[in-house]
Amino acid sequence: MLFWIQAFVKIALIVGVLVNMAAILLWVERKQSAMMQDRVGPNRAAIAVFGKRFRLAGLVHSIADGIKMVWKEDWEPKTGDKLLYRLAPIVALVPPLCLFAVIPFGPTLYIDHAREMFSPAWATEATARTVPLQITNLDVGVLFIFAVAGAGIIGSALAGWASDNKFSLMGGLRAASQMVSYEVAMGLSLVGAFMIYQTVRLDEMVAWQQEHTWGIFVQPLGFVLFAVSAIAETKRVPFDVPEGESELVAGYFTEYAGLKFGMFASGELVEVCTSSAILVTIFLGGWHMPFFTDRGLEFIFRGASAVSPEVAAQFVASHTMTPGFDASQGVTTASLLQHCANAFASVNGSFVWHWPHWAVVVVGLGNFVLKAAFLIFMQLQIRWTLPRFRYDQIMKLGWQMLLPAALVNVLVTGTAILFFNGPSGG
Amino acid sequence: MFRPFGGDVNPSLSLTHAYGPVFMIVGFSLFVACAMFALATLMGPKVKPEDRGEFKDTPYESGSPSSGAQHVKLSVKFYLTAILFVVFDIEAIFLYPWGVLFQRLGWVGLAEMLVFLSVLTVCLVYCWKKGALEWQS
Repeated sequence: MLFWIQAFVKIALIVGVLVNMAAILLWVERKQSAMMQDRVGPNRAAIAVFGKRFRLAGLVHSIADGIKMVWKEDWEPKTGDKLLYRLAPIVALVPPLCLFAVIPFGPTLYIDHAREMFSPAWATEATARTVPLQITNLDVGVLFIFAVAGAGIIGSALAGWASDNKFSLMGGLRAASQMVSYEVAMGLSLVGAFMIYQTVRLDEMVAWQQEHTWGIFVQPLGFVLFAVSAIAETKRVPFDVPEGESELVAGYFTEYAGLKFGMFASGELVEVCTSSAILVTIFLGGWHMPFFTDRGLEFIFRGASAVSPEVAAQFVASHTMTPGFDASQGVTTASLLQHCANAFASVNGSFVWHWPHWAVVVVGLGNFVLKAAFLIFMQLQIRWTLPRFRYDQIMKLGWQMLLPAALVNVLVTGTAILFFNGPSGG
Repeated sequence: MFRPFGGDVNPSLSLTHAYGPVFMIVGFSLFVACAMFALATLMGPKVKPEDRGEFKDTPYESGSPSSGAQHVKLSVKFYLTAILFVVFDIEAIFLYPWGVLFQRLGWVGLAEMLVFLSVLTVCLVYCWKKGALEWQS
């Protein structure tokens, strides 16, 4: 029962944060567009307390937008498929929210012995009940992400079809065609990462990156390909021909009003968040940072742990006169090596700073949030920097550049692994 | 560390415990989406009958009168793209298990996959030369 309560709490938190992130990103986007393109954004909405007006740096406008959307006239087209028309915004919003199910967003939390949460390095997996900070740990991992992300296409296609409007239909078709094209490049861009991590499970990918190095350093091309495809999948500005207002009014959601339109818009912003989270998990080390372990910070340099006899002898020969070495007590091999190890430890430094468990969890969570926030910021930056591409340019980029590049990435990765590592046999 | 899809790492996670939360999050997201939809439907004022008419109910085409049937003829390119998607997405699916097991398969595995990939690359080049990927014309 506790398992299901934990799962429910995690799900409620994640979905709640994602839905609110849509409103917050709306605010961030307004601020950013005002700054980058010299636009005067909406600047009137305020909360009045005793005659004083609080704008909260414009954050009130996101709330006002939500309220306005709810009380908009509930209009529906007279012709067209009523059922599919009502289903479309729901189908468009649900998949991006579900994507987060397999993403590990923090280190494992040990919940027993709550009193000892505050003393450093107490928990062991054998003694404590664990709460993995991941909604579910599926064996199929990334495949789940592709399956659910693929379902997102249906929402915009349905909306375009059911609205019974030429522009909507064109927008829906463009959306479906574009997302389908970039799904191919997206799927192939991760094969190189699978070859290196030898798994499709996201928690193991994070573990591999903790043990070795971040994915972006072994799969730079894969990172770029996946990032571009992910931006194309969100159908935002450089790739927003499905809703290009200069051609199709508003594309597949032309005939939607109020919160029904808001569901498409917030679905898009949630997709920005989830795609950033996926990128962070697969390529940027998830919730890790360098020298960060499940106990705290540990800087351990190679010299401190592995000392060969030759190096030890050489080192001892040069250090027998250092202060602290007492030759009068008789020099044995054991005392020499002990002194040698101490000296190495002090010279090379193995610096260990253990934190209480709660601090480890908070820092891990913070790492993930900061990296994701950085990538979200980059996506918004791209959105306000680049002009819209033409449709033929988008299709050309997807099929004639990203797809061949992804195939080449697979071959190069394979050759490099075999050339440097050799077939490992397991 | 041979772990095909990592099945043996956390044996305590049964099928119910692995996929139960998936159904929970789908249910929760559906609840949120349906709640938003219900809010829009319940709170939004309905269209007044006297407002109904030609101006309210024709499909919006930038303000000009609608130019006829809504289901226009569409470019065949969209269908071509859909077919190509099926071909290449299945290719990607075949690459996943191979990629996970790649370090065990070694050079032989790379050579075998090269044969498979070259067939599909020829297919891609054929489509390319035939102009199936061109949207300009």
